Amino acid sequence: MIHEKYMRILYVDLNTGKIRISQREDLMPYLGGVGLASKLLEESMHPELDACHEDQPIIFAIGAGTWLFPVLTKTVAMFRSPLTNELGESYAGGRLAMTMLMAGYDAIVLVGKAPKPVYLQVSNNNVALKDARAMWGLNSEDTGRAIRERETGGGKRSIIRIGPAGENNVSFASVCVDSYRHFGRLGLGAVMGSKNLKAISVLGGRSMHITDTPKYFKVYQKIYKKCTSTDMMSKYHDAGTPINVEPLNASGGLPTLNMQSGRFDNVSDISGEAFAKKNLVRKLACTGCPVGCIHIGMYRREFDKGHEYEAISVSYDYELIFALGSFLGIKSSDEIIAIIDEVEETGMDAMSCGVCLGWATEAYSAGLINDEQTLVPLAFGDSHGYIEAIRYLAKGENRFYRDLGRGSQYVSSIYGGSEYAMHIAGNEMPGYHTGYGALVGAAVGARHSHLCNGGYSVDQSMKEFDEDVVVKKIFDEEFERCMTNSLIMCLFARKIYDRETILEALNSIGWDLKDDDLTEIGKRIYRTKLRIKKAYGFRQKAVKLPKRFFETPSMHGQLDEATTYRMIKKYSELTDALMAETDPLDQQLQNISAEQPVVVPGVKKAAGKGKNA
Amino acid sequence: MPKKLKASEMNKCIGCFTCMNICSIVNKQNHSLSKSAIKVRTSGGMTGRFVAVVCIACKDPACMEACPSGALEKLPGGGVILKPEKCIGCRKCEKACIMQAVFFDEETNTPIICRHCGSCARFCPHQCLNMMEVSAE
Repeated sequence: MIHEKYMRILYVDLNTGKIRISQREDLMPYLGGVGLASKLLEESMHPELDACHEDQPIIFAIGAGTWLFPVLTKTVAMFRSPLTNELGESYAGGRLAMTMLMAGYDAIVLVGKAPKPVYLQVSNNNVALKDARAMWGLNSEDTGRAIRERETGGGKRSIIRIGPAGENNVSFASVCVDSYRHFGRLGLGAVMGSKNLKAISVLGGRSMHITDTPKYFKVYQKIYKKCTSTDMMSKYHDAGTPINVEPLNASGGLPTLNMQSGRFDNVSDISGEAFAKKNLVRKLACTGCPVGCIHIGMYRREFDKGHEYEAISVSYDYELIFALGSFLGIKSSDEIIAIIDEVEETGMDAMSCGVCLGWATEAYSAGLINDEQTLVPLAFGDSHGYIEAIRYLAKGENRFYRDLGRGSQYVSSIYGGSEYAMHIAGNEMPGYHTGYGALVGAAVGARHSHLCNGGYSVDQSMKEFDEDVVVKKIFDEEFERCMTNSLIMCLFARKIYDRETILEALNSIGWDLKDDDLTEIGKRIYRTKLRIKKAYGFRQKAVKLPKRFFETPSMHGQLDEATTYRMIKKYSELTDALMAETDPLDQQLQNISAEQPVVVPGVKKAAGKGKNA
Repeated sequence: MPKKLKASEMNKCIGCFTCMNICSIVNKQNHSLSKSAIKVRTSGGMTGRFVAVVCIACKDPACMEACPSGALEKLPGGGVILKPEKCIGCRKCEKACIMQAVFFDEETNTPIICRHCGSCARFCPHQCLNMMEVSAE
């Protein structure tokens, strides 16, 4: 807990409704955020059980600097992913992190399964499981509204909830956070659904005194100034991430038509500028972020004859425009918004959903699946067909849609077409066919996301390709992000929070850290994640990538299969070496449990007392 | 001429809550939104518009009139300043404010009323909040 020398964890057993609170000093060396969550997951996971078994835990954690400094806005969720069957790690912004801090918890650990649908209400003076039977089946928006109207505390409250897809066990079901943000990737929604947990409402209203206001506020102001008076963050507020649509397309890195191409003919109608001109109505921020990158797009839908209109508004970003736009051949921003709206209401990860539909469209035209299975013809560019298919998918309408709901890797293993089922180690690909960095980066990355190590960014900045340099860069970036994801920083602020800034910030609120400590923390966390992945059965060298990655030219031309696998092997040698490095804390920490607290060399300075022991 | 806080351009608000954070830090040395004298709210969750609830600097303050112990003193140009040593924590000021801009700090048992220091406006990233000159009467 910020200002204290322990982590405060709330454990909730959904089966019995029993709660337990633990204040743990031994978790301080993990800093917070993903470090804390990884350790808590390692302690409570069950590698022998299915991802949706009731004994599997869900962990939410906030970071070491949450809310206290600008843009440290994220909450991490960790779980066993029903999509990849291994490490599940997902981040969301919104108000959740601030409210968890103000409710008084660094982390919430959920286990068990409620006998009937419930929602969990957490506040600074109460924890309760409440009846959600009537909400079962409701879409994400209606669920949010129902809880908003029942619970007090607007403004200091966060409501996270699942839609029908999460209830129906779609492996890539998402969790909607405060209407416009999500724990999108890897299926947290399905895990919540498997626990009969429809939603969580967190209300944070406690008082939290600042220990040294002048010291802290000086650093706050410096960071705030960097965020607002420099151009480091301006692109995210301006047209937002969709500004990348056109340059990626121009360089051939925009996955299009199930990645048959890296360029989309109609790109100018779905570009960042197109959305900004035609649909953008508003920009919003996560709590504590002065930038405001959330872009709300609106379009007018005629729902009936006789000039019957409604306004549909959704938040949009680059990834959604790729997955539900170019990847499916959708030619207008209005249609993309309509599809996003459906994905939002049903509660699925936009990327996995779009990529799975891309596979289905191609499999359908190749005759591997038929109308009886798809129930609606699937064709690139046909948004109406996709909207219907999304409803069937979220509902698990028939056998085929239930299989599709288990992800592109699984569904292609049953129906064929695995050479164009565009997943990387079971997680559907991100919107970057930029080269070896993106592909290898996602293959070896802890959660198989482009954000594990920013391989796509390495591709875009590299003039001359050198496989060893790429491998080293993504390796270093992976454990660096383990550290920054312990703060938890929004990745858009990675230029703001260089190491010097991170040290200044943390040391102004009571930590006593040096540059080397940050490296050690990053490595410690990465090792923890690698141990979890190993326990879940993941092996880097066993990853098999769909052929199409090597057929469709990337931004850096055609990728060579042998080179890719050689790079994965080289990366695995680096992780082997990392695992062999000794962290004196590792062995000791591994054997610690909440009931047997052991005093370990901490990294935090107790106020005015020097190094704590 | 005195300057008063006006939430005049809330159409630009992105809901970052920096104003509330800054108010709590500067005036209460606290991180809690509950300590802030300005509240940014939405009606209908995140899909609704943002509004700022904050003292509008009445020239003839009802809160001051309601105070039985003289703990609220009028400021030049409108609004009040709290003299905490005179406050009895009766919450009559809170009820008297028809703008609902008087909040209450349960921890200290005193009202939270904006003193128009301008810190929130200084940190508003989109100039939704502004300090405007008003006549001194």
